[in-house]
Amino acid sequence: MATATSSSAAWKAVDSVPDQFPAGLRVLVVDDDPTCLIILEKMLRNCSYEVTKCNRAETALSILRENKNGFDIVISDVHMPDMDGFKLLEHIGLEMDLPVIMMSADDGKHVVMKGVIHGACDYLIKPVRIEALKNIWQHVIRKRKNGSKDLEQSGSVEEGDQQQKQSEEADYSSSANEGNWKSSKRRKDDEDETEDRDDTSTLKKPRVVWSIELHQQFVAAVNQLGIDKAVPKKILELMNVPGLTRENVASHLQKYRLYLRRLSGVSPHLNNSFMNPQEETFGPLSSVNGLGLQALAAGGQLPAQCLATLQAAALGHSTAKSSIPLPLVDQRNIFSFENPKLRFGEGQQQLMNNNKHINLLHAIPTTMEPKQLTTSTSIGNINMQVASHGVKSGQNNSELINMQVASHGVQSSQSNSALMQMGQPQFAHAPRLPLSVGQPIISNGIASNVSTQNGIRANIRAPGNNPVSQTSSMLNYPMNHASELPGNCFPLGSTPGMSGRTSKGTFQEDFNSEYRGSVGFMPSYDIFDDLNQHKPQNWELQNVGVAFDDTRHSNSLQGNLDLSQSVLVQQGFTSGQMNRQNRSGIVVSKAMFSAGDSTEPGNPLNVNQHLNSLPIDNTIRVKTESVADVNPDNLFIDHFGQADLMSALLKQQQGIAPAENEFDYDGYSLDDIPVKTTTHHSPVLVMIIAFYNVHNLLCNQSLGPLSSCFFKKLDMTSFKIIICCRFST
Amino acid sequence: MERNPMRRQLQVMRKSLFDQGYLDEQFVQLEELQDDANPNFVEEVVTLYFRDSARLILNIEQALERKPFDFNKLDGYMHQFKGSSSSIGAKRVKAESTLFREYCKSGNGEGCMRTFQQLKKEYATLRKKLEAYFQVARQAGPMETACRPK
Repeated sequence: MATATSSSAAWKAVDSVPDQFPAGLRVLVVDDDPTCLIILEKMLRNCSYEVTKCNRAETALSILRENKNGFDIVISDVHMPDMDGFKLLEHIGLEMDLPVIMMSADDGKHVVMKGVIHGACDYLIKPVRIEALKNIWQHVIRKRKNGSKDLEQSGSVEEGDQQQKQSEEADYSSSANEGNWKSSKRRKDDEDETEDRDDTSTLKKPRVVWSIELHQQFVAAVNQLGIDKAVPKKILELMNVPGLTRENVASHLQKYRLYLRRLSGVSPHLNNSFMNPQEETFGPLSSVNGLGLQALAAGGQLPAQCLATLQAAALGHSTAKSSIPLPLVDQRNIFSFENPKLRFGEGQQQLMNNNKHINLLHAIPTTMEPKQLTTSTSIGNINMQVASHGVKSGQNNSELINMQVASHGVQSSQSNSALMQMGQPQFAHAPRLPLSVGQPIISNGIASNVSTQNGIRANIRAPGNNPVSQTSSMLNYPMNHASELPGNCFPLGSTPGMSGRTSKGTFQEDFNSEYRGSVGFMPSYDIFDDLNQHKPQNWELQNVGVAFDDTRHSNSLQGNLDLSQSVLVQQGFTSGQMNRQNRSGIVVSKAMFSAGDSTEPGNPLNVNQHLNSLPIDNTIRVKTESVADVNPDNLFIDHFGQADLMSALLKQQQGIAPAENEFDYDGYSLDDIPVKTTTHHSPVLVMIIAFYNVHNLLCNQSLGPLSSCFFKKLDMTSFKIIICCRFST
Repeated sequence: MERNPMRRQLQVMRKSLFDQGYLDEQFVQLEELQDDANPNFVEEVVTLYFRDSARLILNIEQALERKPFDFNKLDGYMHQFKGSSSSIGAKRVKAESTLFREYCKSGNGEGCMRTFQQLKKEYATLRKKLEAYFQVARQAGPMETACRPK
């Protein structure tokens, strides 16, 4: 026929409008009715198109998938036995982005509308006449034209708008329904956006794990674009990550925005820090941390958040980043832990008393951190991790850690570390874990000792114990709560150990007594082990009541704090210090992770530390404790994330039922931790935390041994379960 | 030459099918698709239709034997049947199908059964007529395409 354009291989409609319908258009016809199928085939052949027919939707999809560019347009029936025509339509739109024409004997308005809504470029009523098929090529051209326009405008408009514009411009003149078609098209485009989302879920795309690196890329892209102008499409393009979809970016962006909002709520600075995981954030963090921790202390809030974060962190972030300097972690976590973190700040103070709550929160950070920790990069990382975990809630873990650490100060023992971390998340804004990752922030409160250790830890620890020193070390943690933290703040409830040290009195009191040294449960903070000790405990303490033994806290407070932070800090944690104590506390959360045992000294487990520290209170401890086993220091980070969470969870539930401190926390001298094992964490919590930790641990990989330790420690039944579940790394 | 009478007969038969409402415009579409490359296209399609639709008729029959009626299922079957029937231009059958579906939608079992019986009758009648038609058509040879003898 004429004009044809080119080869069948690639039918090009290009700009010239052929006077006759374009020959060689490659059409795929799908209809389960053989009569219709054969008639359509003949008709299309008569239009000089290249026709492929199939009678099943599944077959059609596989044909399309095999020949990615083998077809120009698809015509499909609505009612088919194996798959709904609209579903097929969605699939095609999503995977191949080809124009699809729907057909049906049904001419009811609602069915036609459905077609439009699902993105059909046309709807034909059976019986189909050849005239209707003559013009289907226009859809191909139109789609191509709109497609390129989309690209140009990418980023300028939030989803949907662009399409809308384009659709407006295109002149739709459908052979069948002109009027309808126009509005349908518009709607369709709008729907497309939604469709994408729906489709995403329908298609069950593999979950994208927002690793630290990925998140950093994301953040960098967002910064480059400007937070206000950052649209998923542009971000996606800037990031240039293969396999990442706009939907992934969109949902992550949403979370990120929430996180930022949260941060700004806590401290404007922090937001920025979020971006920069590094110390910068700490600056503000420290202040924030204090707040955060306090907030955390407020506990009630935190816990919930912590838990959420922790869990989120634990689950969400497989923070591979562990080594990532906390800052990164935080970021990651930030998202996830946004909530929790923030809480920490507040909770911390309160937490201390509340312990319960905070711990959880702390835990969160830790969880985040723990993840990081696992990588066992320097404790700092751990802290970060811890923080990160915790942070998940949205804050940067690193921040968390920092925060936590800072919070420690604030909390005075709270799990500053934990809080810090956790709280950090809140602070997260800033956090980025000023922890400077190395800071095992965790020990925030306790940190005073810690501070030295992880650097961060010191910061963190401060809160509790050393209320100060931590802060100093707390790395940047804005958390500065340092010294206070210990024990205090850990929002979780107690910045476990940390407070033990210094603040222990304050918040830790609750915890401390419990964890005493055991890090304020920041169990998640293994990192904090040093710091965490306070912290982790805090978290845990809260739940766990892990009183990170503050006793430890004095030195270990850090641990406690660290614990919370430890997760983060763990790494840094001078294992000795907080670590144990904190660890336990934190360990709890960590314990979860690191099967706590890991002798914390090494902090490898930091998490373990947590655990160890956790044991403080039992409930939380448990979780983290296991983690704690791991070098609390290290553990914290990673572990905390999980462990903390768990602990936090547990704690909360249990009111810090001491996780049976069985944890041997090797790392932690559990012995030190007065952890009250009495309280029983709610099994659920424990489990959650445990899982989380485990998860974190696993992710972090370093947890392997820890987890085992961790689990075995857990005395609680629930933990037992956890143990069982503990995926052997 | 010999074809002429046959052709004429064919045309009469065809006209009657349209006039009596057994076939509609869609059938013409099918006829237009027929060409040298597919000289028996219409017959092939119609044959395919009767073969495939027989299966659907059976399904509906079986469904109607199960009480209480599953109207959704019945409607589904009938929807398919209607689609097929309309694509070959089976006007009367299509009308019965539409009626049947309406009874399904309103949950009228009696109406469904009555309509179905009517539908089966129309279906059988159409089948007979078309079979006779195609027999003549085959004997008459290709329509229109033949060159007029000079």
